[in-house]
Amino acid sequence: MYNGGKIIAGLIIFAAIITSPFLLNIGKADEAPQPSLDTPAINQMSEKKCVESAEFMRTGHMQMLNDWRDQVVRNGDTVYVSNSGQEYEMSLENSCLKCHSNKQEFCDSCHTYAQVDPYCWDCHTDTKGAGQ
Amino acid sequence: MDRRSFLKLLAVTGVGGVAVFEGINQFGATEAAEIKKSTKSLQGKHWGMVIDVSKFQNAEDFKRIANACHSYHNVPDIDDPKQEIKWIWQDDFEHTFAELESNYLSEKIKQQQFPVLCNHCESPACVRVCPTKATFKRDDGIVAMDYHRCIGCRFCMAACPFGARSFNFFDPRPYIKEINPEIPTRTKGVVEKCTFCVERLDKGLGPLCEEASRGGIVFGDLDDPNSEVRKVLGENFSIRRKVELGTGPSIYYIFGGGGQSA
Repeated sequence: MYNGGKIIAGLIIFAAIITSPFLLNIGKADEAPQPSLDTPAINQMSEKKCVESAEFMRTGHMQMLNDWRDQVVRNGDTVYVSNSGQEYEMSLENSCLKCHSNKQEFCDSCHTYAQVDPYCWDCHTDTKGAGQ
Repeated sequence: MDRRSFLKLLAVTGVGGVAVFEGINQFGATEAAEIKKSTKSLQGKHWGMVIDVSKFQNAEDFKRIANACHSYHNVPDIDDPKQEIKWIWQDDFEHTFAELESNYLSEKIKQQQFPVLCNHCESPACVRVCPTKATFKRDDGIVAMDYHRCIGCRFCMAACPFGARSFNFFDPRPYIKEINPEIPTRTKGVVEKCTFCVERLDKGLGPLCEEASRGGIVFGDLDDPNSEVRKVLGENFSIRRKVELGTGPSIYYIFGGGGQSA
């Protein structure tokens, strides 16, 4: 092999650079986000429960919000009856954010961690009216 | 691979694929027990308005209804006629009723301003041209918009004969004095217009301009012969804007005053 030493040394350096982000971060996993439920509206609730179960909301809230939007905007159906029989107004501003008034500590904590950037906030405002 | 085993493989992958998609769909399903209309919501077949022009005599009358509408709906206040956003505004006779031209208009009519807004047409041109169905007609006659689907092509603005639509050339938020947190703002790149206060109707309330007009605007179901609008229309001579275009506006203008017989 011509210039074998240089090639192998180069390969080793290349491999080291490519794997360095993984090697340097071994054992230093970012802490999983802890969405905060500490808001006045939630603290006042006797039984702290969302529209549906926490598991469902965690995995399905984006799909649910999409469904809510279509129901409200297209059909004018504004009332959501949950599995427990409770009625809710289908509205991001007037239902979700009334309880979760801490967008930064609640919505953003997971979205930032998962590096998703939903464009909800281009139009929908949090309760302070400050938007993003 | 011979033909027989290829076809078998095709069948198996087909069934498997369907099963996988079914699984994905179930994962995303909403868990609602029921989704329904609010019991308070106003039900109509064809919402419309009658505007009594005689009740709009000075600038204050127009400002009152426009402010009520624009401040509630987060309509930005942009001071450039090419980029402004307007849901309800005013115009003179010549522009409001262009087809009714007369060489010898009375001075009173020449001076008169008319409140104008989206006409929520019976066969709206904007709905026909919208390539994404972002603009659509609800069962109750309201021409509504789903801003999520609007791609900003502005076909609807070209199609609307009443200039009722405005385009957001830039982020409107800096131009909104005080954001109403109950209503979303719009964003750069979407068209917007009057909604006939659809979110208020769903809560059992009438449109804001009607509320602020002190009797100058009557709102109701044009399909219901016993409604207030039909009563007013039955007692007054009324005109609509640009009927010759066939869009069927749902906004009627009466000239009020109730003159005595000679």
